[in-house]
Amino acid sequence: MKKSVPGRRGISYAKWGYIFILPFFVSFFVFSFFPLLDTIRYSFFEYYRSGLKQIGPNFVGMRNYLELLTTDLPKYAGNTFILWIIGFVPQIVVSLLLAQWFASARIKIHGKQFFKVVIYLPNLIMAAAFSMLFFTLFSDSGPINSFLVNHGITTEAVRFMATVGGTRGLVGLMNFLMWFGNTTIMLMAAIMGINPTLFEAAELDGCTNRQTFFKITLPLIRPILGYTLITSMIGGLQMFDVPQILTNGEGTPNRTSMTLIMYLNKHLASKNYGMAGALSVYLFIISAILCFLVYRMMNKET
Amino acid sequence: MKKLMSLLLALLMLLGTCAMAEGGVLNIWCWNDEFQSRFNDYYPNVAEVAADKSTTTLTDGTIVKWTINPNQDNNYQNKLDEALMAQADAADDDKIDIFLMEADYALKYVDADVDVAMPLSELGITEEDLADQYQYTRDIVTDANGEQRGTSWQAAPGLFAYRRSIAKDVLGTDDPTEVQAALSDWTKFADVAAKAKEKGYYMVSGYDDTFRTFSNNVSAPWVTGTTLTVDPNIVAWIEQTKEFTEQGYNHKSSLWGDTWTTDQGADGKVFGFFYSTWGINFTLVGNAGEAGFGDWAVCEGPQPYYWGGTWLAAARGTDNPELVKDVMLQLTCNKDIMKEMTLNESIQDYTNTVSGMQEIAEDPDFGSAFLGGQNHIALFSTVAPTIDMSNVSAYDQGCNEKIQTSFHDYFDGNVDFDTAKANFEMAIKELFPEITDIVWP
Repeated sequence: MKKSVPGRRGISYAKWGYIFILPFFVSFFVFSFFPLLDTIRYSFFEYYRSGLKQIGPNFVGMRNYLELLTTDLPKYAGNTFILWIIGFVPQIVVSLLLAQWFASARIKIHGKQFFKVVIYLPNLIMAAAFSMLFFTLFSDSGPINSFLVNHGITTEAVRFMATVGGTRGLVGLMNFLMWFGNTTIMLMAAIMGINPTLFEAAELDGCTNRQTFFKITLPLIRPILGYTLITSMIGGLQMFDVPQILTNGEGTPNRTSMTLIMYLNKHLASKNYGMAGALSVYLFIISAILCFLVYRMMNKET
Repeated sequence: MKKLMSLLLALLMLLGTCAMAEGGVLNIWCWNDEFQSRFNDYYPNVAEVAADKSTTTLTDGTIVKWTINPNQDNNYQNKLDEALMAQADAADDDKIDIFLMEADYALKYVDADVDVAMPLSELGITEEDLADQYQYTRDIVTDANGEQRGTSWQAAPGLFAYRRSIAKDVLGTDDPTEVQAALSDWTKFADVAAKAKEKGYYMVSGYDDTFRTFSNNVSAPWVTGTTLTVDPNIVAWIEQTKEFTEQGYNHKSSLWGDTWTTDQGADGKVFGFFYSTWGINFTLVGNAGEAGFGDWAVCEGPQPYYWGGTWLAAARGTDNPELVKDVMLQLTCNKDIMKEMTLNESIQDYTNTVSGMQEIAEDPDFGSAFLGGQNHIALFSTVAPTIDMSNVSAYDQGCNEKIQTSFHDYFDGNVDFDTAKANFEMAIKELFPEITDIVWP
């Protein structure tokens, strides 16, 4: 038996590092990684519940994957993208504008702190509750409709949730309201992190406000903008609670507000682990591609 | 000192568990508070109801725990299935003792192979105890071997509840017999709808209102084997509703939705609602409010049907079989208690006692104040015994819900007929992966 000789190489503390991070890796493997592998495994099986009887698991090869290709999967991916982008575009524009105003040394806005709190507030409400609120507000006989009819703006109640534009618009509006405060504060931090001498120099050189914004501010906050884009995209890909509650889980009308995760949930609700597993693998592939693209894009520009 | 105290406490707890012969907790699963309030009001051994109603304490100290999960989108069934499958491993106090089921999916739970609902005979409930119940309420929860596995306190004949003031305006009368004569078939019903529209009223509130009258008069169950068959009568509902929508006979609402509810309120402009007997008290009275008292009446409507009904089942593995038996006997077999429910002005449920209902039907003094003094029990005592549930399947809730939501898009004009059909098929295959074929008439 070999004995380690103390003192020759000094004492290594490295093992303590590994021991300290061990709990995370153990719990990650037990609760995340192995279930993940199981998800992939079950995607090759027929495995669901019929009433109270368990069917499967029976190995079926790629059948779940092929069957999913015949469904409207691309349509749901498109829905998810549309629902995300109609919330994201106004969000980033308004946030940039507000951040610029709040951070500007020239414009002195009174009660800045107050506004910062107010625009952040919607984010504190649970998305499901927020969605429920909008569902009630914009329902056929809800307060918005009574207001419209009582003030003669429309003669009949507007059935927001019965139209594609109405439903998608509401989802976009909610996502915008919930997230623009958060983004504003982040961008503000980024703008305030820019060295003020740059702005002064620009001013001395006779830059217009517009030029300062596009030539100095925007390029310098690009890393944060990229971060916002990625986090928002991940959030958008996982969009679920807002449209789920607003449309009672049906993605009405005509499944135009059915997102990918809502579709996944449909299979999980009927305990169809095989199909849900296959769908999850597809989602994983889509996410991986998107991440790769964004990563490449960011790296090229910097 | 501390040690002594904890020892004493432990001993006390031990004594406590010994004192009770059965488990101290009775778990009841349901999807709304209807049975809960019947239980709290009418079960003789209720001692105290918690302020938030989540538990009820009985006189012997047993705690009744209520677990309420909303029905929609198979939510209740999914949660219940999960719990029933874990029943064997659950601690005694967490085991489900009683769960409630609806006609739309009762078959799933009373299946002898699945065996999650105990046969009543095993609990010691005899044929004699059940003899006065309506036959159909017993048939639907009887398994293939002839064992009854559930019991109900109500029968649910369908009806058409109409607003007396609007009937007077449109038909010149609010008398239930004459109104019924004017609405006795669908052609006449549509004629009245046209007249109502001229006067600025809607005939029905929304798309789903007439659904049950069609879906209960189908010629075959929704699902046999792994084939789902859409009955011609369901297509008739689709056609009628599309026409009613185009003509402006309905208010484009969805069942249980906001508009549907307010349409029943004081300012509603809707002629009437298809309801079942439980709906009068459980839903309509509340929605109509004070102003509605005396302004409503009921008639049979164009086609006989039934809607809903709630059955109690004893969960296999219950640790309180004696108590479960007593609850079932008191609330679903005790004629006096059930008659009381019917006579209670704020319940007026059509209860599951043939002789009791007969007595009330013949009672000249009985009348509902909400229905302007009408004896609605008399109206249904002839219909209730004829209810036939031979065409139900275990899949009904899912099928009914999905056909309604899929075709709302068609009624709204968002999609054409074929797209709605395709959407329905998609929704069904997601919900029930075992369904292989969908046949349209």
